[in-house]
Amino acid sequence: MESFWAWFRWLHDATGINLTIFYDSFDRSRFARGFVMTVELSAVCIVLSVLIGIVGAWLQGSRLRLTRHVIYWYIQFFRNTPPLVQLYFFYFGVGSLLTATGVSGSPVPMVSNVTWAIVSLSFFAGAFNVEIFRSGIEAVPGATIEAAESLGFSRLRTYLLIVLPLAFRISMPALNNNLVNLVKTTTLAYAIAVPELLYVSSQIWSDELNVPEMMNALLISYFTLVGFLVYAMHRWERAIRVPGFGV
Amino acid sequence: MTATPAVDAEPIVVIDDVHKSFGNVEVLKGVSLSVPKGGVVCIIGPSGSGKSTLLRCINGLVPIDQGSIRVASFDVHQLKTDQEKIALRKEVSIVFQQYNLFPHKTALENVMMAPVHVLKEDREEVRERAVALLRKVGLSAKADVYPGELSGGQQQRVAIARSLAMRPEVMLFDEVTAALDPETVKDVLNTIRELALEGMTCMIVTHEMRFARELADVVYFTDGGVIVESGPPAELFDRPVKERTRAFLSQIL
Ligand SMILES: Nc1ncnc2c1ncn2[C@@H]1O[C@H](COP(=O)(O)OP(=O)(O)O)[C@@H](O)[C@H]1O
Ligand SMILES: [Mg+2]
Repeated sequence: MESFWAWFRWLHDATGINLTIFYDSFDRSRFARGFVMTVELSAVCIVLSVLIGIVGAWLQGSRLRLTRHVIYWYIQFFRNTPPLVQLYFFYFGVGSLLTATGVSGSPVPMVSNVTWAIVSLSFFAGAFNVEIFRSGIEAVPGATIEAAESLGFSRLRTYLLIVLPLAFRISMPALNNNLVNLVKTTTLAYAIAVPELLYVSSQIWSDELNVPEMMNALLISYFTLVGFLVYAMHRWERAIRVPGFGV
Repeated sequence: MTATPAVDAEPIVVIDDVHKSFGNVEVLKGVSLSVPKGGVVCIIGPSGSGKSTLLRCINGLVPIDQGSIRVASFDVHQLKTDQEKIALRKEVSIVFQQYNLFPHKTALENVMMAPVHVLKEDREEVRERAVALLRKVGLSAKADVYPGELSGGQQQRVAIARSLAMRPEVMLFDEVTAALDPETVKDVLNTIRELALEGMTCMIVTHEMRFARELADVVYFTDGGVIVESGPPAELFDRPVKERTRAFLSQIL
């Protein structure tokens, strides 16, 4: 391993290509931590946004008009504003209202920037997921739902056992797209100093003045990350495929 | 061949002056009939005459506007909560023209689902019963196959097994062979025949006149949301009284 890292030092000396993230242990560990942060941020936001999508799509079919209106405006708000503006809105707008008095007497935020990034990005992707699941749900034949009802399934149980599993399969391609988008959008957390991959990279290139190298490293990192997600989703899609059903 | 028409058996389904409108279209205009326990009735009539709507009303899928429906101990028109409706659906089960199986579940799972999730019965017991039911409808070999891989007739027999798994007192069949290829119709009709002869109370909407003639205690002819004429199949088919019945029969036979 040591000789592998050392090779990059040789590469630098020989060609000027300065990949400190390999041969410099300090840069290596901050780049790695940034990568882990991006993976964690992506994973948490994927899970939360899918949950928001499932619950939101369920509430959209609510009998209460107020509930349906709330969901409607939630979607409008998050679809029709830039995600960066949403992030600023949460972090600076809402965040500055949620402060406690610190030990020094000055206000300290109660919610960390990482948490705001998770909240903001999950709601952002969640809004799209609601729409994606909704169209999936609408594609489930009413007759299938009626059959469940005629067998005594309650509305909730019909939703969980019949509608959702079918809607999920129908929604898979669109969901794929949106989750890939979400992973790419986590780079925006840079703007509120969440130490994710882009943020640590910018720190590294400021210190080492190796901008072109870091740009390549970033590109390849995200390409790998998204590639892995696409592969996993594809595997999953295959795993839940039902013989003789739809797509 | 007719199952002993239990003339003096107590009625298990009693429908009295049922009215139902969709918007301002009145689809059922005062329908009354009753079915004795173990009885088999067939309902015939042109498309759009409200046959499906009537069956849906009996199962509580469609609320009625006026009149009353009683199934076993349930006043269907007065059921309010989900719990009450679920209790009704244990007694009366409906099989649809388009089978409407759950496409993401195997044949066996389709049969098991309602008893496990609705009746909360023990999964292993339900599995045994489901296996037996699939055997009964002649589909033992297809237990682990998904609906999309079955023929229409096979799907319909799974749907019948799925209904039977709830151990209903009354079975409703809504043109269950209308969407099938001719060669698979026979298997489905045999399944229903077997059930009827075992004493299951059956209400069958059908265009299979030979089948109706063979099996029904009483045949109802509906048109325009009313029962035009009814009687034992031999009478209704051979000596219809009403002009409308005669016209319909001459068209279809
Ligand atoms: N859910 C519904 N909403 C509006 N109209 C309906 C609905 N269900 C049935 N109808 C109408 O009621 C009439 C009777 O339908 P149906 O009971 O399906 O007749 P049948 O089964 O005898 O062909 C038809 O004109 C149909 O369009
Ligand atoms: Mg019909």
